[in-house]
Amino acid sequence: MGMTIGEKIIARAAGVESVKAGDIQTVTLDRLMSNDGTTHLTVDMYNNKLKNPRIADKDKIVFIMDHNVPAENPKTAEAHKKMRNFAKEHGIVLYEGQGVCHQIMLEDWVCPGEIIFGADSHTCSYGALGAFGTGVGCTDLLYAIVTGKSWVLVPETIRFNLHGKLREGVYPRDLILTIIGDIGANGANYKVMEFAGDGAHNLSINDRMVLCNLCVEAGAKSGIVEPDEKVVEYCAEHGREAKADQMFVSDDDATFAAVYEYDLSKIEPVVARPDFVDDVIPLSECPKVKIDQAFLGSCNNGRIDDLRVAANILKGKKVSDEVRFIVAPASNAVYLEALEEGIMDTLMEAGAQIMNANCSVCWGSCQGVIGENEVLISTGTRNFKGRAGHPSSKVYLGSAETVTKAAITGYING
Amino acid sequence: MSKVWKFHNDVDTDQIIASQYLLLPDIEAMKGYTFESLDPDFAKKANPGDIIVAAENFGCGSSREQAPSVLKALGIKAVIAKSFARIFYRNAINVGLLVIVVKDLYDGVEQDDEIELDTVAGVIHAGDKDYACTKLPDMMQQILDQGGLINSLNAEEE
Repeated sequence: MGMTIGEKIIARAAGVESVKAGDIQTVTLDRLMSNDGTTHLTVDMYNNKLKNPRIADKDKIVFIMDHNVPAENPKTAEAHKKMRNFAKEHGIVLYEGQGVCHQIMLEDWVCPGEIIFGADSHTCSYGALGAFGTGVGCTDLLYAIVTGKSWVLVPETIRFNLHGKLREGVYPRDLILTIIGDIGANGANYKVMEFAGDGAHNLSINDRMVLCNLCVEAGAKSGIVEPDEKVVEYCAEHGREAKADQMFVSDDDATFAAVYEYDLSKIEPVVARPDFVDDVIPLSECPKVKIDQAFLGSCNNGRIDDLRVAANILKGKKVSDEVRFIVAPASNAVYLEALEEGIMDTLMEAGAQIMNANCSVCWGSCQGVIGENEVLISTGTRNFKGRAGHPSSKVYLGSAETVTKAAITGYING
Repeated sequence: MSKVWKFHNDVDTDQIIASQYLLLPDIEAMKGYTFESLDPDFAKKANPGDIIVAAENFGCGSSREQAPSVLKALGIKAVIAKSFARIFYRNAINVGLLVIVVKDLYDGVEQDDEIELDTVAGVIHAGDKDYACTKLPDMMQQILDQGGLINSLNAEEE
């Protein structure tokens, strides 16, 4: 019987010929990622709770400080110290303040066909390169650090056949929000969202990152785009090799829980309304909403393409006096590229505040936190109640273009 | 008997414990902020042994393990929902918090009702009705029985 991409990756990692949805398998993990949101807890458990503390393979572990960098208070500084010291003591790679964890993983580590656990829900982003990335908690991560393995329930797969191309002014962000709006916040719970078809292959690797990144907002265990030559090129450009025998595609007779068809030329700009990512409406039907802050950044939309969109719109224009426009590049590599292209000059001249590469406003804890009853339009990952600050504040989600236009006029759809 | 705390669909992990408290030194320091955005006094009002009854997709959102951990630290006996988001579900079992899928309990109880959870029989007594608990896969039940994944790992090492 045929297998899906997800099933093939799990079968490889479990060292078995084949698996099927519903099986429980023990897999050897290819890589483990942990960020400063929970690493201090992992380190405490490692030091205080384990009978036989050890690390299966330190070279498979990547630590990334991105959520609260630089530290904003002494308690965070202590949590960071714990993470930094543990990395040093055990010879684990540590990135500090160099970008959002998923962007760094995609730039420097992820290869097709790998299975990767990350202690962060948006680890599902790694399917942009044909890998099976999934978010876990810090205890699962610790178990994997110690043993090199974990158990997985083989998920069912939902297939999305994408056709054609997105129109000018419509972005992968609009596509994935549309899909989440259609299937709902638990529409893919426990499942893999697999993207294929000519429309998927038309998307750039950066576009695929946007798509896969948000799959967890439909409850998915992972999001995976069928890998192709663009994946091979991306890996080569970033100094690593995509192994030919790990470029998994689904068999013709694979079993899917559901199959959806999307004509990309029919997708239109959308926004997700507070407080649910699946509360999606066409931008054209959104009432004019006054905003206090706009945010461009995050592991979903802090890449060079997004900064280019913003700079093109802002050239010669000004951010509204009533709006704080905060921009955080997804990584230092993105930041440097934007500097070279003069994008940061344009954004600053227009009145944007440029932050260091980090999770920033999306995470609602370290930078650009919003106050009582304030309204934010964001390219961040979530618009949950209180996500960006005060419980009474509101977050709308949209594309880089929708966010930048709102920063100029002071209104969503205005 | 356990007091019922009722929650709606899609309760996310940011509502269970908000981002700004996650880097506090430990769970004890965080637990006072549980459900702050929904009910700032929840942590004061909840008593050990209480049960959360929720609708669909409880615990959606981030992978923060602090979410099931603060509920456990407050002594919440179990979370019973129509469905759970997958990362929360797995994390709950890993930290030893009882999570049970029951489709029809939500519509059969009200906030502040007293119910009785019989984990041995796998039954919930609520009013004059009994509700059957959905069984966990053996492997997950074993982790839960040992009090979580760390205990289970330590037991493997013996």
